[in-house]
Amino acid sequence: MTAKLWRTPLDAADIEVTRGVVHIVEERCKGCGYCIAFCPREVLELGAHYNAKGYHPPIAKRMEACVNCHYCEIICPDFAIFSVAAQS
Amino acid sequence: MKAQPADHPLNGLLRTERIPHIWCPGCGIGTAFSACLTALLNSGMDLTKTAMVSGIGCSGRAAGYVKLDSYHTTHGRAIPFATGMKLAKPELNLVVFSGDGDLFAIGGNHFIHGARRNVDLTVVCVNNFNYGMTGGQAAATTPTYAKTTTTPLGNPDTPFNLPLLAYAAGATFVARWTILHNRDLTRCLEEALAHRGFSFVEVLAPCPTGYGRRNREKPLDALHLYQEHAVIRNGASPIEVELDPKRAITLGTFVQIQRATCIDMYDKVCRPAVAL
Repeated sequence: MTAKLWRTPLDAADIEVTRGVVHIVEERCKGCGYCIAFCPREVLELGAHYNAKGYHPPIAKRMEACVNCHYCEIICPDFAIFSVAAQS
Repeated sequence: MKAQPADHPLNGLLRTERIPHIWCPGCGIGTAFSACLTALLNSGMDLTKTAMVSGIGCSGRAAGYVKLDSYHTTHGRAIPFATGMKLAKPELNLVVFSGDGDLFAIGGNHFIHGARRNVDLTVVCVNNFNYGMTGGQAAATTPTYAKTTTTPLGNPDTPFNLPLLAYAAGATFVARWTILHNRDLTRCLEEALAHRGFSFVEVLAPCPTGYGRRNREKPLDALHLYQEHAVIRNGASPIEVELDPKRAITLGTFVQIQRATCIDMYDKVCRPAVAL
């Protein structure tokens, strides 16, 4: 998804947007939903499946939108999600 | 192509066999703890000479999850134990990670005297406005009118203003952040770790099970309150740093001053030959 801009920045062609891949450690997740609510690119959504503890871990529905900002990683109270730079 | 990462970046500092931890879904302690670990990693300190000390309570469990030398002390006594460790081995970096009930109710006196002496510690206080582990009773930090198990009609008392208390007692680094302001919190913790003297960082965190349930505040609601009402005022006088979760939450690094530490003064007064 491209961001909504009221004009295209002059250096838009030169800017390289970082890309990330989200990894979810499902067995640690407690389904609090912080990562889903505060992801700036709305990458995640609550999964329908259960983990061993009976919580619904998130799933990455739009992995291609991830910009590797790590916010899910730092807001997660359970050390259950992290992102790494995507390999092109 | 999908990258194959090894592990969560903080796994190296965690006793992973104990994870998942005991903290409830939506509890903010885990986030505060994670920010503290990130700050420890970024600080460049010698982690073999770093110890984490905590008292009793939900936040006190942190000492059991960190893969450093750590000490889970008796209730309220984290600061005296840490002070003793610092006096015995001044080269240690000491982080006291505990909750508001532990540090300011049963351990209130230890806190003010630690701050008065300016012992070189970093005190991280996770403030969740109640005694979470024992069932959500009113604590010294419960906001007025808030409902808890022991104040079902609302809390009639005024809570402590922790930054003001710390400053008045003599702390030389005083800050307050929430778990939502995570990057600021992590940077602030790095500064607090580097600061020489008694550093105090208050971290506001939701307690969905104890506090939130009785005040109709789901964990996400608490974070949205932080988002809406946060006012960042670095350098503000601790007298003016309001904390009313429904109106204004003043955040920032309020005090950062230098003063002779406990060990400096001890050497100067009691061991003049050594200190020159």
